[in-house]
Amino acid sequence: MALIEYREALNQAFAEEIERDPNVVLLGEEVAEYDGAYKVTRGLWKKYGSKRVADTPISEAAFIGMGVGAAMLGVRPVMELMFWSFCTVAYDQIVNNAGQIRYMSGGLINCPIVLRGPANGGTNVGATHSHTPENWLAAIPGLKVVCPATAYDAKGLMKTAIRDNDPVMFMENTTLYGEKWEVPEEEYLIPLGKADIKREGSDISLIAHGRSALIALKAAEVLASEHNINAEVLDLRSIRPLDEEAILNTVRKTHRVVLVDENKPFCAVSAQVTTLIQEKAFDDLDAPIHRVCSLDAPQIYSPELEKLQLPTVERVVQKVLSMA
Amino acid sequence: MTAPCAPDKTMETLAETPTFADAEINRKLSADDKLDLLREMVRIRQFEMVALSNFQKGIHMGGFLHLYIGQESVATGTISLLGDNDHVITAYRNHGHALACGMSMNECMAELFGKATGCSKGKGGSMHFFAPDKNYWGGHGIVGGQTPLGLGIAYGVKYKGLKGCCLCYMGDGAVNQGAFHESQNLASLWDIPVIYIIENNGYSMGTSLSRSSAYKKCLAARAEAYNIEWDVINGEDLYEVRAKTQIAIDRAHNESRPTVLEIDTYRYYGHSVSDAKHKGGYRDEEEIERYKRDHDPIQLWKNRLTTEGILTDEIFQKIESEAKQEARAAAKFAEESPLPEPADIFSDVYYEVDKDTEAGRTGRHFFND
Repeated sequence: MALIEYREALNQAFAEEIERDPNVVLLGEEVAEYDGAYKVTRGLWKKYGSKRVADTPISEAAFIGMGVGAAMLGVRPVMELMFWSFCTVAYDQIVNNAGQIRYMSGGLINCPIVLRGPANGGTNVGATHSHTPENWLAAIPGLKVVCPATAYDAKGLMKTAIRDNDPVMFMENTTLYGEKWEVPEEEYLIPLGKADIKREGSDISLIAHGRSALIALKAAEVLASEHNINAEVLDLRSIRPLDEEAILNTVRKTHRVVLVDENKPFCAVSAQVTTLIQEKAFDDLDAPIHRVCSLDAPQIYSPELEKLQLPTVERVVQKVLSMA
Repeated sequence: MTAPCAPDKTMETLAETPTFADAEINRKLSADDKLDLLREMVRIRQFEMVALSNFQKGIHMGGFLHLYIGQESVATGTISLLGDNDHVITAYRNHGHALACGMSMNECMAELFGKATGCSKGKGGSMHFFAPDKNYWGGHGIVGGQTPLGLGIAYGVKYKGLKGCCLCYMGDGAVNQGAFHESQNLASLWDIPVIYIIENNGYSMGTSLSRSSAYKKCLAARAEAYNIEWDVINGEDLYEVRAKTQIAIDRAHNESRPTVLEIDTYRYYGHSVSDAKHKGGYRDEEEIERYKRDHDPIQLWKNRLTTEGILTDEIFQKIESEAKQEARAAAKFAEESPLPEPADIFSDVYYEVDKDTEAGRTGRHFFND
């Protein structure tokens, strides 16, 4: 299997879907002639031309809304937000139009759109550029939200998201774009709503999504090598739909849970998962559920301090040890 | 409150103005076509009168009811020009557009009553009528929020290689929303065949035009900054509405260029039904009466057709009583229709779940107990 970058895996997904379906278009700021602010769309404009890959002005409300309108008519836009943090500028279009159109039309209209881009802290760009809005958007019935952690997951989930007939919010990560993982040459798809056990274990479940799943994996290695604790790591991959079965299965296996989540704690994805576990698997728990989230303040710029604000391997390890 | 660009026409002068009656698109109208336009306006008005009386009973409807009465010529005139690849999207004052696009009174009234037989199965309500099979894309509740959608529909038409356009309506209160300005920029930049129609009734809820908008000549003239053609239309004259809108449609079809039209009009009722200040508050009762007396689009069209020898009192009464009957029958249909089932709360959220696809069966989509 080839070892390729996360960005390249996404790029392959776009190219394959553009070739498969004439209704697929890539739109966004700098996605075409500039080759993408993070080079995720590199080479696609040159290969497929301006009809399929086009640069928009810095005008999120209009171009996201335009994509929603086009999707209503059967076009399948894949739209880049240079940062998911900028979804605030287009929030009405995402929440009220993409999210509600099917319901309010009694099912007469659907909206097969993908909104994508990076949603993460850790790059010292300050509070306005460091949001992780998967919890804001998963809170809207009508929207779907996925957060792939690896190149393999990113490609398989992106191809599925493009073919899905509902609006999918696809959250990537600037710090992962350059990381390499094994990705098969042959075509594959990963369904939305399927979590992935990234590491088998028996003593405790670390449940995470996005980059936090990788933090959890590193923490699991430390727990194993230094503390003789065998942690299972469950990567949610998809927030809505959510793989409830996989969550309950790991809880029933290990009886202890720490959720690792880059969201700020209030109404975080991990808060929803926590409530789900206590509702459905309370008797299987041997200890209270704990969480490691981003520290609950606006994202700090100062590079050394921002490292501490995000979930860290050390904080995850400490949290697990505190439960012993 | 007329838009500054619009000449202050009266009923008398209008009947004597042949200019727009002579426009090619109007010369094509047969006597029956002209009566159909009258019928459409009367149907919209009668539908809303019956809706209002049912709203006031306080048992059938909730929420809002934004009445279009006084503005009927705008939707009727503009939509009468559309072909198979032309589309319509509007804001929340949308009953007139829906009916003009060919939706039935039954499905619209039942929607107001929150019934399962409503166009949106009782899930949308007054502000959210839809009929994509008739190229009618709603019915949108957030002021200006539909302006990028109209852009997207027109983009979609162009993307598919079709010769068509999208008429995207909004009120004068929507012109200060950023989304509208961003949309105009994109429409011009990308040659998108969208026609923005500002239905200027002079008031954004209780705030008059002069208290809400800064402009030099008129609202539509702002489009000049985006290099978009624009025009101002006296909305009380169906001939003028049709003639000038047709120019915009031709531009969209032949040049794939957008247009902004400002159509001067007036609403007789409040912003929504519960708008206690619309009479004697933010506007004088005398102003409302003057518009009803001198500028009513149905009355003016009626006079036109009478002068042209097409319409008699007898024919008009027949048209009106048929429309009244149709509206009352729609209310009866709505009243007798079943409510949606509680389980229906969860349908029409996700396509994949509704269609029971593999994607719809994978993972948890709803988070109730």
